[in-house]
Amino acid sequence: MKDSYDVLIVGVGGQGTILASNVLGETCLIEERSVRGAETHGMAQRGGSVESHVRIDASFGPLIAEGTADMIISFDLLEALRYSHFLKEGGMLVTNTGIIVPTSVYQYNAEVPSEEDIMKELSGIRCCAIDAAALAIEAGSILSQNIVMLGAASHQLPLKVESLLEAVKRSVPPKTIEKNLKAFELGRDAARDC
Amino acid sequence: MARRYMLGNEAIAHACLEADLDFAGGYPGTPSSEVVDYLRHQKERELYVEWSVNEKVGFENALAASWCGLRSLVTMKHVGLNVAADALMTSAYTGVKGGFVVLSADDPYAHSSQNEQDSRCYAHFAKIPCFDPSSLQEAHDMVLAAFEISEEFGLPVLFRPTTRICHSKSDVLNGEAGSAHRTGEFEKDPRQYVVIPAHTRILHKKLNEKQAPLAKRLLELGYTESEVRGKTAVIASGIAASYVQEIIPEDVSFAKVGAFPIDEEWLSDFVRRHDMVLVVEELAPVLEEAVRQVAGTTMIHGKKDDCVPLEGELNPAIVSGAFEKAGIASTLTFPEPAAAKAAPARPPILCPGCGHRAAFYELRRVFGKDTIYPSDIGCYTLGLQMGAVDTTICMGASITIASGLAHAQEGHDVVCTIGDSTFLHTGLQGLINAVYNGANMTVMILDNRITAMTGHQPNPNTGCTATGVESPQISLEALCRSCGAPFVETVNPLDLTNTLAILRDARERPGVKVIIARQPCVIASRRAGIRRQPYTVDTELCTGCGACVKYGCPAIEFHNEKAMITDLCSGCSICAQICPSGAIHRRGQR
Repeated sequence: MKDSYDVLIVGVGGQGTILASNVLGETCLIEERSVRGAETHGMAQRGGSVESHVRIDASFGPLIAEGTADMIISFDLLEALRYSHFLKEGGMLVTNTGIIVPTSVYQYNAEVPSEEDIMKELSGIRCCAIDAAALAIEAGSILSQNIVMLGAASHQLPLKVESLLEAVKRSVPPKTIEKNLKAFELGRDAARDC
Repeated sequence: MARRYMLGNEAIAHACLEADLDFAGGYPGTPSSEVVDYLRHQKERELYVEWSVNEKVGFENALAASWCGLRSLVTMKHVGLNVAADALMTSAYTGVKGGFVVLSADDPYAHSSQNEQDSRCYAHFAKIPCFDPSSLQEAHDMVLAAFEISEEFGLPVLFRPTTRICHSKSDVLNGEAGSAHRTGEFEKDPRQYVVIPAHTRILHKKLNEKQAPLAKRLLELGYTESEVRGKTAVIASGIAASYVQEIIPEDVSFAKVGAFPIDEEWLSDFVRRHDMVLVVEELAPVLEEAVRQVAGTTMIHGKKDDCVPLEGELNPAIVSGAFEKAGIASTLTFPEPAAAKAAPARPPILCPGCGHRAAFYELRRVFGKDTIYPSDIGCYTLGLQMGAVDTTICMGASITIASGLAHAQEGHDVVCTIGDSTFLHTGLQGLINAVYNGANMTVMILDNRITAMTGHQPNPNTGCTATGVESPQISLEALCRSCGAPFVETVNPLDLTNTLAILRDARERPGVKVIIARQPCVIASRRAGIRRQPYTVDTELCTGCGACVKYGCPAIEFHNEKAMITDLCSGCSICAQICPSGAIHRRGQR
């Protein structure tokens, strides 16, 4: 048995996956637990599919192998589908219901599965799907979708809510702390029944 | 002392501050860029920091600082070391005075690179020490050791992290930034610093004499260590060692090699205590070759017998597979889940409003699909998706491949693209050569005023230095004219009509034609507070022809047979200029 709780955060470059993984890392620091992470930098960040690995309580390498993630937090439903095989048996998927349509679809006339198609495809997985964009707007900024998602994931994460909130304060730009704390609470409320 | 959650490159940079670094330079390249980015933005210690125009320039600058007694650092990605290799090889002969660390970051799996070369081979080639960290804490701690070893042996030290060190994060224990500064002073010593044959033969002998004591000393540092636990062993280096540690059973011996050259006596002793040894490392079989040399009757497994892949990066599951092939039981099992149902690909793409997209569109409009389009290294390599990139090899090679093609074949126009930073890196020499030797070709310099792909580092074209001090902006026009190019024009690629006219003019002329397509990077502009009004589609007028959507801008979608512009729009206006029905206009107008 591995000792760590492994979280894969996926999304589209520019959606704030790195900030979200920073919050989890900072939370581990607050709780004095070891943590390993790996992220996508460089060219792939330009609107491409991106992934951040966060291994809570890990003391060796940063990479999560396929079929072993305890949780996937996905900022885009299409990316949830793309990475779903990383989840272990019984693992939890926390996902945004929104889809950013890849531009390649229009250039090459590819098919995009609908939200319903994807949810059907993911039906065998423990899944919590929320509309992060709407909640982020309610919190005061569409940019806080990443924190909404962390709020939604907070029920299952082996981290204290107060540590997560403190980590949010430390990680986001100072002027946006209020909005982000609200975003966290809205995400947490929305996922209460998952 | 403080424990912080840090990026590997930040941990490495902070360790440099702790080691009393006084001079840093380098050329940006994924995955190395954040080391100098951290140093130039930090406030804990004053030091000289530059972004150099290329790796060779950066290397030589830092070498000179070291000769003056300062602790100095130069950073680059693995392929940058090829550019700096000329200086690297001979700097091992001349030696150094102040600690000199050459950071060359390798990129297994080529996440953001054109190849998977292994910088450790260069250390072996140049006969200099090489550190190969297996974790972020080790990367941090090794930096301090690297500076000390460099001064103790008077040698440049190669520091070789990989992507999963540079761009990983972990809790890292940091020390305090050092407060001691040295005063640089150059002591003339031609026998050391002028490598004429009579001097260099002696210097080579001295370099060779350093090798055996160096290997012994590196062992004493403790980053190379072993534990004998049975008759089977695994030896690993780099991040692969951490994958091994996670899954190795208690009755299998383990050795980790953290620094090269390896002390042969130590290695031989460890290997020969075992019946079988599996070597696990990424990229080239550097460690494996050393192990095989001392193996005696011990059976060795590794890359050479296909237990460990020769390409790509490793992870715990792949290492577990290597264990299985070698007959070692992993303590963790890894499932092999069926891949998820295919989702439409989401490759990286040029940003909404990027001037490069407009420039590629215009090139294709004027020069068509039969023209050959050599290109270069940068965001604009993504022009591949627009059919306007036919070759990419290495920094600066767009212009030289173009001139070679222009001389070697007939019947196809040759039009190359190169970014401003890449042009100043190694493109200029190619332009001089093309003009000098009478090539017929077009060069488009995609000038976005910054080194964008690696994280928006300033270059001589930007108007400020790495630390934000104002600097003279180089004139690309004057530079190109001074090479003798007969046709040098500057265009705004977001002005479709004018750019097409200039390109058509260039196409009809002989010689080397240079077009500078100038439009600041859309991300850098947004950060600087520049906002353009976004555009919108008048659905009454939209005929659903799809011309705008085929342009490939991420801000344009197609719903119910009509185009739609999303909030990603940054107001470049190209779609409005393309639309044959005049259906696209600035939001709030009409």
